[in-house]
Amino acid sequence: MAGGPSKEVLAEIASRPGRDTVVSSIVKYVLVLTSLGFLAALLFAPLATVFITALSKGWEMYLEAFKDEDTLAAIRLTLTVAAIVVPMNTIFGIAAAWAIAKFEFRGKSFLITLIDLPIAVSPVVSGLVYVLLFGAQGWFGLWLQERDISIIFAVPGIVLATMFVTFPYVARELIPLMQQLGNDEEEAAITLGAGGLMTFFHVTLPKIRWGLVYGVILCNARAMGEFGAVSVVSGHVRGLTTTMPLHVEILYQEYNFVAAFAVASLLTLLAVLTLVIKSLVELKRK
Amino acid sequence: MTFRQPSILPGFGLTLGFSTFFLCAIVLLPLAALVMKTATMGWDDFIRVLTDPRAVASYRLSFGASLLAATLNSVFGFIIAWTLVRYEFPGRKLIDALIDMPFALPTAVSGIALTAVFAENGWIGQYLAPFGIKVAYTWIGVVVALTLIGLPFVVRSVQPAIAEVQRDLEDAAETLGAGRITIFRRIVLPTVMPALATGFTLAFARAVGEYGSVIFIAGNLPMRTEITPLLIVIKLEQFDYAGAAALGFIMLTMSFAMLLSINLLQAWGRRRLVAAGR
Repeated sequence: MAGGPSKEVLAEIASRPGRDTVVSSIVKYVLVLTSLGFLAALLFAPLATVFITALSKGWEMYLEAFKDEDTLAAIRLTLTVAAIVVPMNTIFGIAAAWAIAKFEFRGKSFLITLIDLPIAVSPVVSGLVYVLLFGAQGWFGLWLQERDISIIFAVPGIVLATMFVTFPYVARELIPLMQQLGNDEEEAAITLGAGGLMTFFHVTLPKIRWGLVYGVILCNARAMGEFGAVSVVSGHVRGLTTTMPLHVEILYQEYNFVAAFAVASLLTLLAVLTLVIKSLVELKRK
Repeated sequence: MTFRQPSILPGFGLTLGFSTFFLCAIVLLPLAALVMKTATMGWDDFIRVLTDPRAVASYRLSFGASLLAATLNSVFGFIIAWTLVRYEFPGRKLIDALIDMPFALPTAVSGIALTAVFAENGWIGQYLAPFGIKVAYTWIGVVVALTLIGLPFVVRSVQPAIAEVQRDLEDAAETLGAGRITIFRRIVLPTVMPALATGFTLAFARAVGEYGSVIFIAGNLPMRTEITPLLIVIKLEQFDYAGAAALGFIMLTMSFAMLLSINLLQAWGRRRLVAAGR
């Protein structure tokens, strides 16, 4: 834009009378109202419903929902699963991004496609593959049965399915970011005698910090909220293998709407928190 | 040609080895189990599972509703992206941030919330019921759920492309006497088209596989409102692992095809930008 008119000149031109005709303001209002109407029906109304239904019998009933043993167990299980899955996928994401962004090697774009694959796979298929691997009729089914280890319809299966679904989240945030930042500073650090780990923690990590936070919170949101994949491998044992989203389903099917929407409201708050952190990270990046 | 170009940076073997191992253990081995399980069925069994009338009805719903939802998203997603990029109105920033809500919101939550809103006594459902329009527990409900899920894909794909449209070209066209529709058709649409196609495909791919938000609102009647992922779950519950694997294999093949077309569409978009000199 060098040499072009300055921002002030452009703003002045834009503010001149006659620029906004009647037709263009009609078009503007029609489009804005269409957008808002569409979002109101599809997004804002459902979000409001969650909280209004959860609180429809008053605060006391709302809080009562969280005193239930099975609900507490579901919350604990969800937190446990996220506490295992998110760090694992973060380590994977950093390792994969380092290998892919810092080096040139054959088959790189194929590797990136494979990493992205779980995003495209249906959640139900993500659960199904683990049932075929570890279920009673699966590849390792007999071997596991003889040793009395249960993976499917137990917590390890839930962890594995969640890991599959959230697998690419950190890596696909970091790969383009690290590719864009280049290798110059790392190469300088190594030339000056820094070790690999020192270079990573003192040179690379500060640069990719916000991208990493972004990937981790998205990974966490998906890990805590996953329904389809977990539903296939969980077996729905109340209080034992139900995560929060699965517990919402159970309560809903029991027509216990206040409790179902109360747990759902907690998940909605998690989503809101995720978006707030995401917006903050975007501000920081600018 | 060597496997990799030389570099002074350390850790190539370690990081590539670890990530490849993890990828194989978590993603590729389980997917291989699905392919192998399907391969152990005879060809006749495979065809019989896939052409079962109930399965065929589920493809029709899954693909039909996903196509419709992705089309609705392309129209409304474009309008939303346009208003967010071009117009200033109160609450614009907040709405821009909320577009990502369907990404972040667990699907079970959107499922029960949409059902509550569109049920016959719900906020919106009660105004549609007098016209004989039933949304919840019909195929329309499936389309509504899939539209919500796919919306951010279209808006987020199209937004940067709309920002790329050169306003001076629009102004030049206007001074040369072009009407609004001509400007839209000849200047805006060609620039945005690759992004819109990418968004459409992303939304469609997500919708075909979607499970959580749909099963609450669909009613799940066999032959009528049963999506393919649900049929896989039903087959698993009946311990028909081979049947579930066959349907899963088809969905996996679809995912591969989708991923490929998304990559091609994005390459098209990049070529467009290069051709435009940017």
